[in-house]
Amino acid sequence: MTERKTSPEQGRRIRVLVAKPGLDGHDRGAKVVARALRDAGMEVIYTGLRQTPEMIAEAALQEDVDVVGLSILSGAHMTLIPRIVELLKANGQAHVKLFLGGIIPDEDAPRLKEMGVAGIYGPGTPTGTIIDDIRSACAQKP
Amino acid sequence: MTLAQSVLAGESLALARLLTQVENDSPEGRAALNELFPHTGRAHLIGVTGAPGTGKSSLVNRIALHFRKPPAGTPRRVAVLAVDPSSPFTGGAVLGDRVRMRDLAGDRGVFIRSMATRGSLGGLAHATAAMAQVFDAAGFDVVLIETVGAGQAEVDIARLAHTTLVVESPGLGDEIQAIKAGILEIADILVVNKADLPGVEHTERALKSMLDLAHPVEKVFLHHGQTMTIHAAGAEIGPLWVPPVQRTVSLDGSGVAELVEAIDLHAQHLRQSGEWGRRERARLEAELESLITGTLVAQFRLRVPEARYDEIVERLLRRELSPREAVEALLG
Ligand SMILES: Nc1nc2c(ncn2[C@@H]2O[C@H](COP(=O)(O)OP(=O)(O)OP(=O)(O)O)[C@@H](O)[C@H]2O)c(=O)[nH]1
Ligand SMILES: [Mg+2]
Repeated sequence: MTERKTSPEQGRRIRVLVAKPGLDGHDRGAKVVARALRDAGMEVIYTGLRQTPEMIAEAALQEDVDVVGLSILSGAHMTLIPRIVELLKANGQAHVKLFLGGIIPDEDAPRLKEMGVAGIYGPGTPTGTIIDDIRSACAQKP
Repeated sequence: MTLAQSVLAGESLALARLLTQVENDSPEGRAALNELFPHTGRAHLIGVTGAPGTGKSSLVNRIALHFRKPPAGTPRRVAVLAVDPSSPFTGGAVLGDRVRMRDLAGDRGVFIRSMATRGSLGGLAHATAAMAQVFDAAGFDVVLIETVGAGQAEVDIARLAHTTLVVESPGLGDEIQAIKAGILEIADILVVNKADLPGVEHTERALKSMLDLAHPVEKVFLHHGQTMTIHAAGAEIGPLWVPPVQRTVSLDGSGVAELVEAIDLHAQHLRQSGEWGRRERARLEAELESLITGTLVAQFRLRVPEARYDEIVERLLRRELSPREAVEALLG
């Protein structure tokens, strides 16, 4: 019996869905973030490219995640985000925190925050910042 | 309504939340499992294991599609439990199996859940079994459990499945020779996926010759007064099941109908031979025993002060006590 006590690490871990909605481009950025979150001890459900809002909400529900992280480069965020927020709510998952990365013009940020986006990150944001923000958002969780 | 009642009523959110509670082995999860237990025992648990990248997730996607749109009969409700390793350093994980299962999106008869291996091996097998039970109670007809590798964890998970698929793919070369005997022993069906790639024949031959070693069918026949060697797919002789080797291409779905047929044939074989009941009994007994062990150890830890335990370990180190005497000193 070398391991006498159960480790406090067991039990709840932060679960994050990382998805890339829309039809544009590549998922390199999303993959980098996914690995950084793993290295921070989180469980990341990675769903890959071309996810519709419906697919994202369904995966968030089935995986019972605390956080959804989206990478949007196409400029379609003002249509995708409201739809995803709406679907999460309809599924009873209003508590899920939304984080958004990609190319998001500054003038859109206030409205996105109003819709419930917890954090917005442009290219080159240190992953440490995202990790800290996710941790503190999840610590506030009831 | 309790969480368990909501799950029985078919609520997806309740199901997702209960899976989390059960995975975390929380008191709520344990209580719900007690409540759900009478509703379990109906689902067909299918393990899908094999080396990394052999196409397990793509195959699970195809198998699930086939169960959802069978050429004949009624569609079956399918749950998928996709297990990926946690990082041993940080405890985090990237669970990427859903990427290959996008065809299943939007179907309310399918529920996919990803799961990290987390801590101990025993804990994983326990959590997986419990989560499969939740799906079973929730009315899923089939639970597909994907695990990577060929280690003890996979063997343990295979023990809980009724039918275990071991997935290989061509081009692994000598690695195939390195498959542990253990993994062949747990295989009810061997799948050579990526059959569109060169080298299928070679892989198939290698598997069949290994099967001959693992399943000495001749002995059984001598006992019936004749000898023959069986290579037939899904051959069933009395209580004996000879694992068939099935070719599939998960990219386009070829061979999947035949694979599902073999899966169903295996389930039928288990029921007709009485093996289904025997496995069920063995599984429940094993679960009971591991729970007894766990509970007794927990009680022991509550009862014996840590200082006392450390003192006994010191005496053990000084050779003043043998390990057996140490146990007597602690428990006596
Ligand atoms: N040529 C060919 N490629 C395939 C086939 N099935 C899967 N693949 C490819 O093999 C790669 C791995 O597929 P996955 O389904 O993710 O394999 P896996 O065994 O689940 O992988 P891990 O979960 O990482 O161990 C992907 O690039 C698939 O597109 C097939 O039948 N033929
Ligand atoms: Mg996989």
